[in-house]
Amino acid sequence: MTTTSQEVERAKQRSQVGQARLLGLVSRVRELGLLIVLLFIIFIVGIQVPRFLSIDNFEQILLSVAILAIVAVGETLVVLTRNVDLSVGSMVGVTAFVTAYFFKQLPNVNLLLGILLGCALGLVLGIINGLIVSFGRVPAIVATLGTLYVYRGLVFVTAANTTSQINASDVPTDYLALATTQIFGIPALILIAAVIAIIIGYFLHASHSGRQLYAVGSNPEAADMIGIRRNWLVFGAFAASGLLCGLAGVLWGARFATVDATNATGLELQVIAAVVVGGVNIFGGSGTILGAVLGAVVLGTLQNALNILNISQFWLQAIYGAAIIGAVVLDAFITRWLQRTILFRRKKA
Amino acid sequence: MTNFPEPIVELSGIAKHFGGVQALRGVDFRLFPGEVHALVGENGAGKSTLVKILAGIHRPDAGGVKVGGEVVELRSPIQAQALGIAVVQQEPMLFPDLDVAENVFMGRHPRDRFGRVDWKRMHREVNQLLASLDVSLSSHTPLQGLSVAEQQLVEIAKALSMQARVLVLDEPTAALSAHEVEELFTIVKQLRERGVAILFVSHRLEEVFKIADRLTVFRDGAHIITAPVSEMTTEEIIKHMVGRELSNLFPKSEAEIGEVVLEVRHLTRAGVFADVSFQLRRGEILGLAGLVGAGRTEVARVLFGIDRAESGEIWLKGKKVRIRSPQHAMDNGIAYVPEDRHQQGLVMNFSIAANVTLPILQQVSRLGLIYPRREQKIAAEYSRQLRVRSTGVEQLVNTLSGGNQQKVVLSKWLATNPSVLILDEPTRGIDVGAKAEVHRIISDLAGSGLAIILISSELPEVLAMADQVIVLHEGRVTGAFARSEATQERVMFAATGQGR
Amino acid sequence: MKRLKSLLITWEGLLVLLLLISVVMGSVLSPFFMSGFNFYALTSNIMEIAIMALPMTLIIIAGEIDLSVASVLGLTSVVLGLLWERGYPMWFAIGVALLVGLVAGCLNGLLVTKLALPSLVVTIGTLALYRGLAYVVLGDQAVSNFPSSFTSLGFGTIPGTEIPWSGLILAILVLIFVVVLHFSRLGRQLYAIGNNKEAARFSGVNVSRVKLMLFILSSVIAALAGVIFTARFSSARPDNALGFELYVVTVVLLGGVNIFGGRGSLLGVMLAIFIVAVLQNALGLVNISGDIQSLTIGLLLILSVLGPNIARRIQVVITRWRLVAGSSKQV
Repeated sequence: MTTTSQEVERAKQRSQVGQARLLGLVSRVRELGLLIVLLFIIFIVGIQVPRFLSIDNFEQILLSVAILAIVAVGETLVVLTRNVDLSVGSMVGVTAFVTAYFFKQLPNVNLLLGILLGCALGLVLGIINGLIVSFGRVPAIVATLGTLYVYRGLVFVTAANTTSQINASDVPTDYLALATTQIFGIPALILIAAVIAIIIGYFLHASHSGRQLYAVGSNPEAADMIGIRRNWLVFGAFAASGLLCGLAGVLWGARFATVDATNATGLELQVIAAVVVGGVNIFGGSGTILGAVLGAVVLGTLQNALNILNISQFWLQAIYGAAIIGAVVLDAFITRWLQRTILFRRKKA
Repeated sequence: MTNFPEPIVELSGIAKHFGGVQALRGVDFRLFPGEVHALVGENGAGKSTLVKILAGIHRPDAGGVKVGGEVVELRSPIQAQALGIAVVQQEPMLFPDLDVAENVFMGRHPRDRFGRVDWKRMHREVNQLLASLDVSLSSHTPLQGLSVAEQQLVEIAKALSMQARVLVLDEPTAALSAHEVEELFTIVKQLRERGVAILFVSHRLEEVFKIADRLTVFRDGAHIITAPVSEMTTEEIIKHMVGRELSNLFPKSEAEIGEVVLEVRHLTRAGVFADVSFQLRRGEILGLAGLVGAGRTEVARVLFGIDRAESGEIWLKGKKVRIRSPQHAMDNGIAYVPEDRHQQGLVMNFSIAANVTLPILQQVSRLGLIYPRREQKIAAEYSRQLRVRSTGVEQLVNTLSGGNQQKVVLSKWLATNPSVLILDEPTRGIDVGAKAEVHRIISDLAGSGLAIILISSELPEVLAMADQVIVLHEGRVTGAFARSEATQERVMFAATGQGR
Repeated sequence: MKRLKSLLITWEGLLVLLLLISVVMGSVLSPFFMSGFNFYALTSNIMEIAIMALPMTLIIIAGEIDLSVASVLGLTSVVLGLLWERGYPMWFAIGVALLVGLVAGCLNGLLVTKLALPSLVVTIGTLALYRGLAYVVLGDQAVSNFPSSFTSLGFGTIPGTEIPWSGLILAILVLIFVVVLHFSRLGRQLYAIGNNKEAARFSGVNVSRVKLMLFILSSVIAALAGVIFTARFSSARPDNALGFELYVVTVVLLGGVNIFGGRGSLLGVMLAIFIVAVLQNALGLVNISGDIQSLTIGLLLILSVLGPNIARRIQVVITRWRLVAGSSKQV
C-alpha cells in the first residue's frame, strides 16, 4: 500500500471510531436528556418557589415514585422483549389488598411472612401471564388485557367475602412502618426501589440472560436462529414483572394504609408513561433501567411541581399524555436525524 | 490447497420437496477445506435449498450428510453451528439495536471468573478479529449504522469467532458495490489460506471466475457438473445452467416500434442515482441492466411515484409530469410490477380476483360498492389470457406456484391498462418452464403496443428480450446499447463501472 | 350435517353458540331475564361500547388501534355539559362536541400517519391527554341539569316498543359500517392494508389518507357516543366512561378480529357485543358485581385466542401420532 492509501485507511478508521462514539453518545442522549429536563424543571420551579429545592421535598418526590419505579423496572423487562404488560395495575391492586387482608386476619404473624406472601402472589400472577403469552402464543396485548380484568376481578372476589375496605387501624403497625422507616436517614421505600433498580439494571448489563432479552426484542427470528430460548426468556420477564408488582403491592398497602378493591387502577398508564418517556423502545431491543427510573422521576417531579405551584392537579393527566406523545415524537425525530447523518457521512467516506 | 484431503462436508443423495415442488433430487456434493467452491444455477435450481439444509433450517427428505468425516443429522441451526458450519444469508440475521461486538458474540458472551459478561475481553477479541480481516470497523459501532456490506463482514467475523470450518455465502454480492465486492473477496482469500471451506453461491459468473477454485452447477434441483473453474468457459457454464442453447430460451417476436411514450431527462435522486436519461417507445422493450444496488429499482420507484426525484424531468406522451403517488402514476398509464412478489406484489391472503382488482377498484364498483361479478369477470379474463393455472379466481394466491403468482401480479397491472409497464426482476424465483411463458407474454405485450422497461440482473434475459439496453452502475448510466450492439462483455463492463 | 359442522367451526358459528348458551343461562338464573324491560336494560347499557366498537373494528382490521376513544367520549361529554351550562343552545353544544371529536381524531391520525408513530403508544398518550383535558375543563364537578328533550334521547324508547332511541342510532350505524367494511371499495382497501401494507401501497391505495380517515371516524363516533352517554345518564362528568376503551377492544377481539390486522368481520363483533351484554345483564340480575362481570369478560378474551391455539397444537400432535401409527401399520 502506498502512503496515501494508508492514510486513507487510517482516516477511515478514525472516522469509524468517531462515528461509533457519536452513535454511542446519542444512545445515551435519552438519559442525558431526561437529566436535563429534570434539571430544567427543578430550575424553573425552584426560582418561583424555593421550598421546592429542599431536601425534604426531593425526598417527597422520590417517595411518591418509589413504588411506581419498582413496577416500571418489571415493565421494562417485558417491553424489552417486544411485549407489554397491561395487567400491572391489577397485580399491584390484588397483592396490596390480599397482603393487607392477611395482616388484618393474622395480626400477630411474622411481618416477613406477609411480605413473602404478597411477593409470591405477584409471582404466581406473573407466571400465569408468562404461560399464556409464551406457551399459549397469545399476543401480549390481548393476554394482559384479559388478565387486567381477571386479576382485578379476583380482588373483588376476595373483597366480597370481607369488608370491602381495610383501614390503617386494621393492620399491625409494623406493617405500616415499612413505608415510613428510615435507614441512615433515607426512607426505606426509596432504598428498596434503588436497590431493585440497581440489581436488575446490573443483571441486564452483566448477565447472559439479560443481554439475550435485548436480542429477543431486537430480532426474534435471529434470536431463534442462534438458539436463544425465547419462550423461557419472555416467560421469565413476565414472571419477574409479576414478582415486582407483588413487592410493589406489599409496599403500596403499607404506604397507603387505606386499601380497597380499586387500588392502583390505572397504574399501568403511569408505568407505560414512565417507561416510554424513559426511552425504552416500545418495539423492544433497546432501553435501560436507568432510563425507566429517570422517566418515573421526571413524571413524579412534574406532579410535585404542579402541587407546589398550586396548579390544579387536574392538569396532571393531561401532562402525562403530553409527555408520552412528546417523548415518542422526539424519538422519531432523533432516529430520523441519526439515519440522515449516518447516510450523509457514509456518502462522504 | 489440495493434497486430496478429506472433504469437510459430504452430501449424498439429498432430496427435498416443498408442497408439490421437488427442490432437490438425489444431489451429491463435496466441499473440501481450503477451497472456494462456487455453486451456480438459475433461480429455482435448488441452491438456496441446499444452503438451508447445510444451515440446519430444513431437513432433507432423503440422503446422508457427513461433516468432518462423521455422519450427522443437521436438525437445527444451532447444531449446524456447533459442527462448524456458518451461513451468511442474503438477509443478515443480526440485532439492529446492539453493537458489533454483541452481534458477534450474542449467546456466547465471554465470561469473567464471576460469570458476568466480560465486556473488555469481548471488545478486544472482536477488534482483533476485525483487524485480522483488515476491516476498519470498531466493535462499539451500533449495527444500525452499518451498510449491508459491513453487516456481512460482521456475520463473517461471527463465523470466525465460532471457529467455523465451513463458511457459506449466499449471494453475498447482491447488494454490494464493486469496491465492496473486492474487499469481500480479499477476506475470502484470507479465509481460504486459513483452511476454511467456502461455499460461494451466486449466479454472477464473472465473480465466480474471479474467486472460485471449483464450481458446481445445479439445474432443476439436480447436480449437473462439478469441475475446476479453470477448465470451464462461460458458455459451457451457461449451457449447463440452462440446459439448452441460449437462443431458444427467449422467444422474442419482433414488434413494431412507434413513437416516444416516455422520456426521462437527467433524473436525479441524491445518493441513489444521478443524471439518468433515456427514451422509451411504443412496442419497445428497454432492458435496464446492472448489478444489484446500481439504482435500477430506485429509478422505477420514482417513475411509479413511490419516491420523489430531486431534479430532472419525466415526459409522458409529450407532456411533462410530476408523479406524486402510485395512484397518480397509474392515472398516467404507468404500471410497476415490483421485485418482491410476497412483500410488494400480492396480498397473500386475498383471492386471485381480489388481488387483480385491487388497483382498479373503481372500475369494478359503483357508488363505492364492489360488484363481485364484475370483479370475477375481469380476473377470469386475464387469468385466461395469461394462462394462470388455478381452481378458479376465488383461489387464494398463497396456494399458487411462484410462476402463477407472478402471472397474477402481471394480470393485476395489465388490468390498469397501462401504456408503460415496468417489470422488476419478473422471472425471479420462477422455474424455467414458467419463465419462458413469462417471456412470451412480455414479448406479446410489446407486440400489442405496450412500452416496457425490463429490469433484470440476468444478462441472458436482458440481451435476448431488449430492443435497447441501458446499463447503470452506482446510480449512473454507464452504457447504452441498441440490440445489435449489446453483448455480454460490453454490458458487463458497463455494469461493473468499467464502461465508457 | 357436515355443512352445519363446518359452519359452526367458524368463529362466528362458535359465537352464536356462545350467545345461545348465555341466553339460556340468563333465563335459568333469573325469572326477570326474559322481560321486555330487561331487554331495554340489557341493550341500553352496552350502547356506547357497541357504537365505538364499530370504527374500532375497522381500525384494528387495518392494523392499528385507538385506545383514546373513551377519553374522547369523556372530553366531549364535558364540553357539551360546559356549553349547556353556560347557556348555549343544545344543538350548538352538540355540534361543538362533535367538532372536538374531529380535532381529536385529526391529532391521532396525523401523529400516526405523518410521523409514522406506533398507534399503540400514540393513543395511550392521547388517552391520558384527552382525559386530562376533560378534568381541566370541568374539574371534579358535574353538569346535570339537562333538558328532558335531550335526555329522552338517551334513555327514552321508541314509542310503542322497548327499544331505546340510541338503539335506532346504533342500528343505522351498524348498517352503514357493515356495508362499508364488507361491500365497499374502502373495506377492501382496509383488508388489504391490514394484510400487507406495502402491497396495498404499491397497488395505489393511499394508506396514509385511509388511516387518517379511520382515526377521525373513530373519534367522531366516540364524540357521538359521548353525546348519547351524557343524555342517558343526564350527567356530564370528566370521568364518564373511564376505562371503557379496554372494553371496546375486548369486544372487538372477542368478535374474532385478529389483533394484528387483516382479518375479522362485523358480524362476529355484533355477536360478541350481544354476548357481553347478555352476560353482564344476567350476572347483574343475580347481583354479581360489575368487576366479577369484568373477570368473566377477561377470561373469555383470553380463552378466545388461547383456545384455538391449543386446539391447533392438539391437532398437530394428533396428526403426527396418526402418521407414526399409520406408517408403522404399513410395515
